Amino acid sequence: MLLDKGFRDPRIARRIVEKIREVAPKKDIVKICHVCGTHEWTISHYGIRSMLPENVDVIAGPGCPVCIVPAAEVDEAVEVALRGATLTCFGDALKVPGSRMSLLDAKAAGADVRVVYSIMDAVKMAEREPHRDFVFFAIGFETTAPSTASEILKGPPKNLSFLVSHRLIPPVMELLLGIGDLQIDAFIAPGHVSTIIGLEPYDIFPKVYRMPTVVAGFEPIDVLLAIYMALRQIRNGAAALENEYSRAVTWDGNVKAKNLMRMAFNVVGGDWRGLGRIPDSTLTLRNEYLHFDAHERYNVRVRGGMDIPPGCQCHLVIMGKIKPTECPLFMRVCTPQKPVGSCMVSVEGTCRIWALTGQIKVRA
Amino acid sequence: MCLAVPARVIEVDGDLAKVDFGGVVREVNISLVDVKVGDYVLVHAGYAIQVIDEREAEETLALWREILEAEEDLNVER
Repeated sequence: MLLDKGFRDPRIARRIVEKIREVAPKKDIVKICHVCGTHEWTISHYGIRSMLPENVDVIAGPGCPVCIVPAAEVDEAVEVALRGATLTCFGDALKVPGSRMSLLDAKAAGADVRVVYSIMDAVKMAEREPHRDFVFFAIGFETTAPSTASEILKGPPKNLSFLVSHRLIPPVMELLLGIGDLQIDAFIAPGHVSTIIGLEPYDIFPKVYRMPTVVAGFEPIDVLLAIYMALRQIRNGAAALENEYSRAVTWDGNVKAKNLMRMAFNVVGGDWRGLGRIPDSTLTLRNEYLHFDAHERYNVRVRGGMDIPPGCQCHLVIMGKIKPTECPLFMRVCTPQKPVGSCMVSVEGTCRIWALTGQIKVRA
Repeated sequence: MCLAVPARVIEVDGDLAKVDFGGVVREVNISLVDVKVGDYVLVHAGYAIQVIDEREAEETLALWREILEAEEDLNVER
């Protein structure tokens, strides 16, 4: 696409980097936190950290929707699969560790676990095989939840039910601000989540928390511009909500998608792997759709679960408290081939991105 | 998981559309957006989640080019 080329123009990128150097504070350490695996990929893949002044630190918050699914919910999916249902999930969910095993382990043990590209594939499979029971493991942030809502509201086949594990981004951003030792100076908000929810939910960050917040796209120039815009606010002592990704994000977002989510789901408090319980951060099926809830259909509810294996520092990586290179297991015991923690499993996990893009020598 | 890829709509058929990801054509669900042939959409997990405002994108780029170049000229003049 022609537009992508423009947002990768090295000449513009060089100028923005110069501008970043002009507006960045000279001594004080500045921490800009993003909450999106795709932002982390862009930053790592294009070496954006290496272009920034030493005192400007871009940290990765809990932006990987697969990494933050608690082990108990993976355990439920495993349990349902081991009981004989066909479990469908996105590829990323396959290797996420549960307390005892991952879905891939369950598959190796004989369970029918199938990877789908879209929830539509799960619906088609259930229609094609009416004598099998199917379950869709619905993981993802607001970007993905509307597609789950849409299929549920359309009336899926009777032999398909859902384990809804969707999570919401603004509540976890609010949680980060309460973690005293994180000391975040600005947020880069996730562009694709924002195409759905719009700018409005971020308004509290500048207004209530005095936190500069820039919604950004995913090309290298998008991210560089967002860093520049955040630093410009910090220099001016301002706290505003700015939209760098105006080609796809509006104040209201995708109203149709938001309505579908409202019709299908309730917003409740829920657990996040490594972060604990966060109020109003999880989606569950509304009462009228409970007959599609696999928890009800299979009477499966797992409490507890082992989120963080011994030695693993995923919880600190997810919060942005440490960088992957500071974890003693990183690239020693925990590798993309043999991941220990969830951050090394998903393509959007910070540890996996750092391992695959050679961020190993980036300053810690 | 939150990755969304831009694609151009080439054929609309009810809730479904054929879209072109720079040479690779796939069918996606367009029930979450209002689109017509020729529009660019962001596709995530088989669903178009938003229409890309091409003019806005071009204006953003043009604006930044202008700002950056104007400052560059100023620097040269100095």
